[in-house]
Amino acid sequence: MSTPVLEAPGRTPATEKKIGGGLLDPKQLVRSLPDAFKKLNPATLWHNPVMLIVEAGALFTTVLAIVDPSFFAWATVIWLWLTVVFANLAEAVAEGRGKAQAATLRAAKRDTNARRLKGWKPGADASQWDTVGAPELRQGDFVVVEAGEIIPGDGDVVEGIASVDESAITGESAPVIRESGGDRSAVTGGTKVLSDQIVVQITQKPGESFIDRMIALVEGANRQKTPNEIALNILLAALTIIFLITTATMQPLAIFSKANNPGIPDSLALTGDGVTGIVLVSLLVCLIPTTIGALLSAIGIAGMDRLVQRNVLAMSGRAVEAAGDVSTLLLDKTGTITLGNRQASEFVPVQGVTAEQLATTAQLASLADETPEGRSIVVYAKQAYGLREREPGELAHAEWVNFTAQTRMSGVNLDGRQVRKGAATAVMRWVRENGGHPTDDVGATVDAISGSGGTPLVVGEIADGTARVLGVIHLKDVVKQGMRERFDEMRRMGIRTVMITGDNPLTARAIADEAGVDDFLAEATPEDKLALIKKEQEGGRLVAMTGDGTNDAPALAQADVGVAMNTGTSAAKEAGNMVDLDSNPTKLIEIVEIGKQLLITRGALTTFSIANDIAKYFAIIPAMFAAVYPGLDALNIMRLASPQSAILSAVIFNALVIIALIPLALRGVRYRPSSASKLLSRNLYVYGLGGIIVPFVGIKIIDLLIQFLPGMS
Amino acid sequence: MSSTFAGVLFIGSLIIVLGLTHRPLGDYMYRVYTSAKHNVVERFIYRLLGVQPDSEQRWSVYARSVLAFSLISVLFLYGLQRLQDKLFLSLGMAPVTDHTAWNTAISFVTNTNWQSYSGESTMGHLVQMSGLAVQNFVSAAVGMAIAIALVRGFARSKTEGLGNFWVDLVRGSIRILLPIAFVGAIVLVAGGLIQNFAGAHELTTLTGSPQAITGGPVASQEVIKELGNNGGGFYNTNSAHPFENATTWTNWFQIFLIFLIPFALPRTFGRMVGQVKQGYAILAVMVTLAVVSVVLLNVFELAGNATVPQAVGAAMEGKDVRFGVSNSATFAAATTLTSTGAVNSFHDSFTPLGGMMTMFNMMLGEVAPGGAGAGLYGMLVLAVITVFIAGLMVGRTPEYLGKKIGAREMKLASMYFLVTPTLVLLGTALAMGSPVQRASMLNSGPHGLSEVLYAFTSASNNNGSAFGGITVNTTWWDVATGLAMVFGRFLPIIFVLALAGSLVKQAPVPASAGTLPTHRPQFVGMVVGVTIIVVALTFLPALALGPLAEGIH
Repeated sequence: MSTPVLEAPGRTPATEKKIGGGLLDPKQLVRSLPDAFKKLNPATLWHNPVMLIVEAGALFTTVLAIVDPSFFAWATVIWLWLTVVFANLAEAVAEGRGKAQAATLRAAKRDTNARRLKGWKPGADASQWDTVGAPELRQGDFVVVEAGEIIPGDGDVVEGIASVDESAITGESAPVIRESGGDRSAVTGGTKVLSDQIVVQITQKPGESFIDRMIALVEGANRQKTPNEIALNILLAALTIIFLITTATMQPLAIFSKANNPGIPDSLALTGDGVTGIVLVSLLVCLIPTTIGALLSAIGIAGMDRLVQRNVLAMSGRAVEAAGDVSTLLLDKTGTITLGNRQASEFVPVQGVTAEQLATTAQLASLADETPEGRSIVVYAKQAYGLREREPGELAHAEWVNFTAQTRMSGVNLDGRQVRKGAATAVMRWVRENGGHPTDDVGATVDAISGSGGTPLVVGEIADGTARVLGVIHLKDVVKQGMRERFDEMRRMGIRTVMITGDNPLTARAIADEAGVDDFLAEATPEDKLALIKKEQEGGRLVAMTGDGTNDAPALAQADVGVAMNTGTSAAKEAGNMVDLDSNPTKLIEIVEIGKQLLITRGALTTFSIANDIAKYFAIIPAMFAAVYPGLDALNIMRLASPQSAILSAVIFNALVIIALIPLALRGVRYRPSSASKLLSRNLYVYGLGGIIVPFVGIKIIDLLIQFLPGMS
Repeated sequence: MSSTFAGVLFIGSLIIVLGLTHRPLGDYMYRVYTSAKHNVVERFIYRLLGVQPDSEQRWSVYARSVLAFSLISVLFLYGLQRLQDKLFLSLGMAPVTDHTAWNTAISFVTNTNWQSYSGESTMGHLVQMSGLAVQNFVSAAVGMAIAIALVRGFARSKTEGLGNFWVDLVRGSIRILLPIAFVGAIVLVAGGLIQNFAGAHELTTLTGSPQAITGGPVASQEVIKELGNNGGGFYNTNSAHPFENATTWTNWFQIFLIFLIPFALPRTFGRMVGQVKQGYAILAVMVTLAVVSVVLLNVFELAGNATVPQAVGAAMEGKDVRFGVSNSATFAAATTLTSTGAVNSFHDSFTPLGGMMTMFNMMLGEVAPGGAGAGLYGMLVLAVITVFIAGLMVGRTPEYLGKKIGAREMKLASMYFLVTPTLVLLGTALAMGSPVQRASMLNSGPHGLSEVLYAFTSASNNNGSAFGGITVNTTWWDVATGLAMVFGRFLPIIFVLALAGSLVKQAPVPASAGTLPTHRPQFVGMVVGVTIIVVALTFLPALALGPLAEGIH
């Protein structure tokens, strides 16, 4: 298993549940302004029909304002243009953050020279090469890289072992080991070899390196709309069409109403020719879903960006969206659920031996044992019994007995006393061979520990010519802290967790119970994994998994969300649709949360956008028609100062709300793992009810401020 | 008994009885549409039509069958009217003019029953019985068939078949509408309605002038007019005519018939998708909207907030003294909440806000509970749209009843939703923008505007009731409302069937704690909210210049 030992997720479920995404720096807004103006080009705006209509309206009203200038007309025109600029600004800011990251990556992508081997075969001496530029390398080429050199392209190590500095892509400064064969053979172009020499077979096509793809991804260069984004766009387009029809068909009705009330003078809003163009466009812009239309692409970009900030690269937005829909999580036991190695968790002495005696002997027998299990015995003895850690060198005359596959035990001979610890059968045989008789409770304890999924290690000694068993060390997989709470959370979100392990079913069950996962797959082969994924998908569930090895590749490709570890093989990285640069399998849970948050942000802002329309109607309808039908002034419940200030206030509010919501769009709405029902209630109150109330307040405040401007009465 | 108390008693008893019939009728309809057996009559009809009753149709075939059947029906009805003087039982009536015949044929085939003619003085018994009455049955059965096809889209998985249109049509007519109509007609005759083949009787009225009173098979027409949410009356004055609606009791019974099937269909839906709770949720949405509407209409009319009613003490203009304010208001709500369009009082004479409520009911898309079948499929489309927005807010790709609402589903649901508002507003704008059509208006000012708005709202939503006040039997109006009716009926049907076709292919997503529950009050409230807000936003400018301008002082 190549997954590194990882710390338990640093955050405890109770405290920090919010998925944040970095704060918005006001300077970013200013920096993105030029881009926002560039995006006014209709050819660019074409992909956003809602804002394209606003731009067309702004253009039309500009012409009207030139023909028939007034303060009201020009103020409205400016704010209509600002609406489009603000929308572009949202997108530009979201893209700007990616651009900064891309710049860092580009720095790593310096053009290097490569030493391409000529006619090299594995095993041959790597001495014949010619120097070529990195872009000239083709798939299958072999290159030799030495300490201090930059690896010229993505590939697999085919010979040698080296420590590599991958900080250029992972941001992690500690070097990693890359070696030929196995699951740690993949190297990334642009990273630096720190020691030794390796031969790398290039696997990338020119210009399609991992860094190239990363740059394209974070820049959002070829960002495609995701399925859900397309569906939402359709709804927004439909709403836009409805409101286009509503405003367009109002005109003959308005002309009729005006004609029916002769003697009422023309106003800025309504003349004998109907509602004036500027007011009509203002109404349209206020009604169509500009808020969500303006922020929709920023939300998508920011969602990808939040993943990048967690060092996860999603190969497509589709994968991020799918993460929100995942209903089954396949989690590798080792490294994800448990700390990765068995650790001593209990000393069980036989009758007549105290726990302290056993602990001292066990510690003594393990001092020279550098395996993680051996270290854990020493650590546990110190933690539980306060035994000072002794260095092997402290003990004179000690004769260390190392573990071998034949003896299956290790220990020490010290001053005539022999101490051993190891596999139960091996140590018991050693005791019997030396004339001792292990008592019955040893067997019982060993069986009990095995039965609970743990590993028993028996400790024996020969002292004063008597061989005996002192007790049993209970080694077990230690479940990372907080995992049970995380899985409970998952369950509340409706996500089933399945633990994948190579252990036997007994052990697997014990760990599964302790960790609180819903199900487990024991003695799992890659085929079993693939079959499990297919079975889940048959039932309509979306499956997420992590993997690193080449034999994980088929399962990674089959899963809806396949997160490959950056430490893994090229095949695994190729097969998955996300790569975790930190190689932290626990991150799968965060990925799911980010996916959900992305969808929630879209839904919340759509609701907010539609709910806003109510207040805008209450501002604009009386402004347009109260002159002909004074009764309609009853709808002016905000008591706005004048028709002009009412209409302008609504337009200004409509534009400002975009700016106000940019941080929310980039950060994503607050997400707490909970049931769908509770989530909906909360979001309905905040964004539905809030969406109805906020504009009433906002428009009124703007009206209070602008009513003193010239031309407002 | 005060009129308010009478109104409460009237409405309360309706709710109780409809509550009692909801379950057994819904279960019965579930069995009708899911049974594998065909009875003798049905087998005979299938052989006659050359239909393989056990073959499944994909959505496109189902839609083609609906369109073909409707086209033939229109042509037949048109011919029957144009040739009525050559045929028997014409009572000596002249052939119907071309534009009126077109309008009427469309009107009855689309389940609208907009009548730009006066029934007793235009159509003979043959046209009434073999033409109009037959359409009253089958157009309702078509609506129910479409609803059932959509429900199958949710209930079935990984297949293409939505059922067989001909089977659904025949079963709906023979097993559901006919038996209820038979019993209902007897009840109505017992209640005082006429049922004969008599022609016109010449009478001398109290003032001494002669009047022709036409008899006819009124009770049998009347029962299906209400039961099938058709609304086309035998007489011009529709359910205000004493031969069509004799007493308060028959009035009550007619409202009961109007609501009977639409309120039972959610049960059928719940049974078919295997989750009765989902049916109750849809029913709850319908009931909430309906109760609010009925109460508001009653309040507006009983308060009589207009000049004349204030002066005379009650808003009685245009209402029959047999029924009074409340029973008229409740009937008006019932007829516009469904696609019925029968009237027992003149909506034109309602208070401005009361009149607005009848319009608003139709603008909701007639979903509370809507026409036979049409109400259910309209409501399910609204539920799909609501689920989309709500589903996003719980962080998942939205799904309803285990089916994902993706781009294609949203496209179809959105197009469905766009049709009627477009037709209503476009038609109204065209009529109001043309000086010639404005001349058809008998009223000026906001009330005149309301009349035009009402006409297109009614035609596009296949309601068929009229505000009156416009001369609609001109070529322009016959053609314009005819087009509104055709597009308002068949475009949504095509979109709904395409939606069903898209849903039926999907494998269901199992529900989990992360799935948005669509059977709780929370979701019911959200559908109600989305429906009201979206409709209000769409129509507010038009309503502001019509009934609101007239009604708010």
